[in-house]
Amino acid sequence: MTAVSLPEGRPVTLSALETPAPPVPPPPPSRPSPARRAWQKMSPYAYIAPFFTLFAAFGLFPLIYTAFVSLYRVELQTPGDMEWRGLDNYTALFTDDFFWTSLRNTFTIGVISTVPQLVMALGLAHLLNYRLRARTFLRTAMLLPYATSVAAATLVFAQLFGRDFGLINYVAGLVGIGPIDWQTGTVASQIAVSTIVIWRWTGYNALIYLAGMQSIPQELYEAAEMDGASKWSQFFHVTLPGLRPTIVFTVIVSTIGATQLFGEPLLFEGSISGGISHQYQTLGLYMYEQGWGFFHLGRAAAIAWVMFLLIVVVVGVNALLAYRRTRKEAVR
Amino acid sequence: MPTARAARRAVARLGAVVLTGALLAACGGSSDADSADGGNGKITVTVDLFGSFGYKEAGLYAEYEKLHPNVTIKQTDTEDEADYWKSLQTRLAGGGGLADVQGIEVGRIATVTQQQSDKFEDLKKYGAESLKGQFAEAKWAAATGRSGEVLGLGTDVGPEAMCYRTDLLKKAGLPTDREELAQRWSSWDGYLELGKKYKAKAPGKSAWLDSVGSLYSIMIGQQKERYYSASGELIWDENPALLEAWDRSVEAAESGLSAELDQWSPQWNQAFAAGSFATIPCPAWMLGYIKGQAGDAGQGKWDIAKLPGGAGNWGGSYLAVPRAAEHKKEAYELIKWLTAPEQQEKLFRKVGNFPSSTGAIDKVADTTDPYFSNAPIGRIFGDAAKAAPVQVLGLHDQSIAQQITNALSEVERKGTDPDKAWENASKGVANTLG
Repeated sequence: MTAVSLPEGRPVTLSALETPAPPVPPPPPSRPSPARRAWQKMSPYAYIAPFFTLFAAFGLFPLIYTAFVSLYRVELQTPGDMEWRGLDNYTALFTDDFFWTSLRNTFTIGVISTVPQLVMALGLAHLLNYRLRARTFLRTAMLLPYATSVAAATLVFAQLFGRDFGLINYVAGLVGIGPIDWQTGTVASQIAVSTIVIWRWTGYNALIYLAGMQSIPQELYEAAEMDGASKWSQFFHVTLPGLRPTIVFTVIVSTIGATQLFGEPLLFEGSISGGISHQYQTLGLYMYEQGWGFFHLGRAAAIAWVMFLLIVVVVGVNALLAYRRTRKEAVR
Repeated sequence: MPTARAARRAVARLGAVVLTGALLAACGGSSDADSADGGNGKITVTVDLFGSFGYKEAGLYAEYEKLHPNVTIKQTDTEDEADYWKSLQTRLAGGGGLADVQGIEVGRIATVTQQQSDKFEDLKKYGAESLKGQFAEAKWAAATGRSGEVLGLGTDVGPEAMCYRTDLLKKAGLPTDREELAQRWSSWDGYLELGKKYKAKAPGKSAWLDSVGSLYSIMIGQQKERYYSASGELIWDENPALLEAWDRSVEAAESGLSAELDQWSPQWNQAFAAGSFATIPCPAWMLGYIKGQAGDAGQGKWDIAKLPGGAGNWGGSYLAVPRAAEHKKEAYELIKWLTAPEQQEKLFRKVGNFPSSTGAIDKVADTTDPYFSNAPIGRIFGDAAKAAPVQVLGLHDQSIAQQITNALSEVERKGTDPDKAWENASKGVANTLG
């Protein structure tokens, strides 16, 4: 057997029956035409240009114009009359009690909706990882809530949570719990709104976790079992660390979604003030109330920018924590 | 190998053709459903309204279409006026999506005349000046802009009365005759007293009143100066009449007389049929709601009596034609016909919306309504319309009213301290005025 080194440098063993064809010399490199060279240089930019054109028109320009509008007093009835206000819109915001209420609500609704959702998604993904019957059907069914429209889902849940004639109060009455006013109480209304969000997003996150779990190598589980780890231990010490990048991703996306929560609080009672005492008004809804309830577009623009900066800070903190954890792991 | 590569190339080419075809199909032929004008000179006039104007229910559209065979009328309707107004403002700011005819509530007409006279057609162009004599002076003047432009034609007014359920009052041992009740509750104190008596023996889970918000709205409707003084100053938080209306509403809430419903919400709609309240302060246009929501099952169970306190007015609307409308002349012809005395009279007899046209008011004095136990609605609402004070209209009337009714909801539903709720209302009004 002959060991022949082909141009790539990998030794290859050939049997005596095969003889390597003589290597064909590469054709002499011809200079491509200037037009072709220009196209080769410019073509990547040309391919991404449509997206960036649209982004500049519908993403970047509104972003900058909103910052511009937030420095003026503009009313929806007379959008042409812009009165200079400087940073007054922002200072007015920080002295408005309802802004702080909506900030607090956004945070509490965010926690109540995100934490149970991600925990349940993790559990569901773990269960779906087993070889169940009708696995594909179950996985598809879990995604169905995500496919419904926010408006339809919220209106149906609002009926279920109705004070006098809602199904949930009816069932609660059967077990002896008095009718709960889901619309008026602060905790009750926030739980109700969070339920709608959890219903929608749990399946979606479960499928993401499932995909992550399936990329964890089976050998780790076998090794853990040989070391005598129970199923729980395996979950905590094999699955969760393996899922860390996925979990970070879902936490970041859920946080961004929770900060922007708007459709569910608006349609829960149809009230733009998020309940009669603003008890479940989120920042997004507060911005909508200022802009389209009171018609103060300048104030709404200021709130939009405050929300943007808030999201940047929160995601930045998230990313920092994840980075430092990864660094700690790497050092070990 | 040649065959495999050729096969791959063929598949790739086929895929490219299919994809291109799909993309072209997706981009092509967007049918504009809005300008649904057929050929042959047929036009569709779009009408966008709030609440229950009653034109469709009274068959007025069908009648107009018979008189003008080339016109089809398409109506869209939003129940809550606040939602309607918000949507209208957004469309006016954007300049698109406006109907040919837009309804304007009397609490908003000041915004139209003072800030948006350039967004609506001056109906004098089409000859509206000749209609001036048909309407009461105040009604006409409220829709006239600073330079004399006529921006809307008046539809109805909202003289107030008190509607009640005869069967529920009977079960609680209270009188059901409308004259007797009008005497027993000739003052608001008498009304609240009767309410407490009802509460003591209330059948089922029904309350005296649907919400204290509606009580407040009715009471403030009995005043000439509400949120703004006649000279245009903002006086809402010092107006003694308003403070008294607030105090009475708070008293009703704290005595547990309210069913604590949110007006114009689905739960409020359901409550008519479910019998959750025994009385509801009703301006004339509320009759349409009651008939619509309580349905046939409510026939003969309702009656109407004179309102406690003096005569009052709540609501009343106008029909306007936006500058961005597609069929302006036809829209004007339609609203001229709809607001003519004959049609306003027909509307009152069928639906209960009280006419603002002086010619019609006299003609309907003898109308009775079989749904409301043959109550003499022509006389009750006619007297109220004549005696009601001519109200001062301000720029932010409706928005301020909304903050106050919101605060009252807090008092009745959450048991919030009335002073705290008043503070919240003040903060809300400060936000509104901005």
